[in-house]
Amino acid sequence: MGRVIGVGAVIGVVALCLFGLWGAPPDDRQGEAMRLLYLHVPSAWLAYFAFLVTAIASALFLWPRTRSIVWDRVAGASAELGVIFTGLTLVVGSLWGRPIWGVWWAWDARLVTTAVLFFLYLGYLALRRVPGEPVASGKRNAIAALIAFVDVPIVHFSVEWWRTLHQKATVFNPELSARIEGVQALTLWIAVLAFTLVYVYLLDRRYRLAVIDDALAGQALARAIRTRTGGNPGETT
Amino acid sequence: MPLVEFHSVVCLLGTFPALAGVDLQVEPLDVLLLEGPNGAGKTTLLRLMAGLIPPHSGEARVFGVDLFKDRRSARHRLALVGHETYCYDDLTVMENLQFTFKASALTGTGISEVLERTGLGALAAVRHAHLSAGQRRRLALANALVRDPELLLLDEPHAGLDEEGRACLHEIISSAPSEGRTVVLASHELELSRQLASREVRVQSGTIVDCARENL
Amino acid sequence: MRLWREASLVAGKDLRIEARSRIALGQILPFGIIVVILFAFALDPDSGLLTRVAPGLFWVTVLLAALLAVGRAFAVEEKSNARDGLRLTGLDGSAVFLGKMAAIAAELLFLEILLGTAVVILYGVEVNGLLVLLAAAPAATLGIASTGTLYGVLAAGLRSRETLLPLLLLPVLAPVLLGATRAFEGGLEGAPSDAWPWVGLLWIFATFYTAFGVLAFGTLWEND
Repeated sequence: MGRVIGVGAVIGVVALCLFGLWGAPPDDRQGEAMRLLYLHVPSAWLAYFAFLVTAIASALFLWPRTRSIVWDRVAGASAELGVIFTGLTLVVGSLWGRPIWGVWWAWDARLVTTAVLFFLYLGYLALRRVPGEPVASGKRNAIAALIAFVDVPIVHFSVEWWRTLHQKATVFNPELSARIEGVQALTLWIAVLAFTLVYVYLLDRRYRLAVIDDALAGQALARAIRTRTGGNPGETT
Repeated sequence: MPLVEFHSVVCLLGTFPALAGVDLQVEPLDVLLLEGPNGAGKTTLLRLMAGLIPPHSGEARVFGVDLFKDRRSARHRLALVGHETYCYDDLTVMENLQFTFKASALTGTGISEVLERTGLGALAAVRHAHLSAGQRRRLALANALVRDPELLLLDEPHAGLDEEGRACLHEIISSAPSEGRTVVLASHELELSRQLASREVRVQSGTIVDCARENL
Repeated sequence: MRLWREASLVAGKDLRIEARSRIALGQILPFGIIVVILFAFALDPDSGLLTRVAPGLFWVTVLLAALLAVGRAFAVEEKSNARDGLRLTGLDGSAVFLGKMAAIAAELLFLEILLGTAVVILYGVEVNGLLVLLAAAPAATLGIASTGTLYGVLAAGLRSRETLLPLLLLPVLAPVLLGATRAFEGGLEGAPSDAWPWVGLLWIFATFYTAFGVLAFGTLWEND
């Protein structure tokens, strides 16, 4: 299954390259820079999707009936991918903003929300790296993920409100927005599909890595117990 | 019903198996001595009994409550004297004891009795930060006694105590059965402790290696 | 009823410790005031800029002070392993949360009053709508205290707590900084009527995270 998705992801990315670089025509307003949207839009969508998966998996871990180490691993793997996609969104968005808006960074509501999101989940990943008893640290991670997740709409809402209330000379000119139709729309759909496949593939790989990590930790524990109980009498640790 | 029932209990400190398969039972009104080298797992065993840390595997019950499911319900019936006092530096002896007393939802005259019994009466108004090491040990003992526990867990209670402190510690342990208290005591002071203990087990490398020795 | 009794016990204990140790008054407050003064060095005080950005600078300073206050609230529990003693008493996790949160909030409010006075004097700010300020400050403070207490216990006992706490707490508090700053802009130099929606946002944030803390804190506190 993982292999099929992997092959699908490769095909999708190749198709995206072909369509994105040659197949789709340049935008009549944004020119070639518009091609960056084929990376920017799907990575933004997957960033949010990945964090949604983290939140759902965390809730499933906290709910006693569905508690399973599976959900903790999924939450962690998805959050890592989410942070990567968020970072990609910001970098590509910034590269796109330079020719279109004339600035690397603008205090646009979506941009600011995405930046806050990046740091919210960077903190979550930092917390995840702290080891502990599996169930206890799983709950700790899950609660932290939910604290972060419920903050996302509040951040988004407040930032948007702030920008609309205090909008002065805006860099956003509606005349500049791209019109997406025909091959361009098709390319965007290919991009979203390809990125989603990449996400699912990487999630699967990352999950398996976590399983191997846990198995190694389990072996190390069994060895540690053997060493401890088989130790020489009177030996101190 | 035994107060403490452990079967093949494994308990981790981080990734280290501090307890690597412990079988132990503590019966009501026992005075159980845990002896063994440093790092054997005595402290972890006591902290596990108090419900402060989660067991990793095996079966663990205290007062019949499964520690895997619930580490809180048994707490109001036990007290632990650890290596540290569990007290706040900026509060006085009296304030610290009062806080423990009220937080444990107790009422009555327990505090003044305990102050007298542990010889801390004259120090009631002194802040924890200003106490000597020996006085702190006595405060740790008082802080546990003030909760009038059925199960008293003592981790190296002799350490740092002077003659007077030891005398009051011994009075507390030896009168425990008559007060309906069960005691589990981890100590390196074997000669002193053996006079008080009704049973003794050896903890070594995270397991109980010898349950045979019975004093009474 | 029991919850309130236990929470006030914990809050009373924490506030008494703070009153004795004078960390808030003797260290956190001077730290806040020096930050306020440093901002004036960074932004030319003669340009009128300071007056305009005073609300933002004030709340950034409060956030920095809050990091110290939260760290302190849990450092107190780590000394002599008091946290274990507190857990052994069988106090409910929710009560510990509400108590510690209330103590942190009280300290922060106290700091805000003194820091606010310093800002008004040093930056020459005028107060147009005191009512708005009085409605916004407690809401923002409760929002900071609730998330601070939650993340404080998450990070407590970890080796990297000093560095982890700001990384966890500051992004979550982005809406609070934004809301409190806008509300204060309205209440100070601007129009107070602009401020009320932000006050509403702050109260929603505070209510939400307080409820979250009441539910989730026990698990983190017991580490189970």
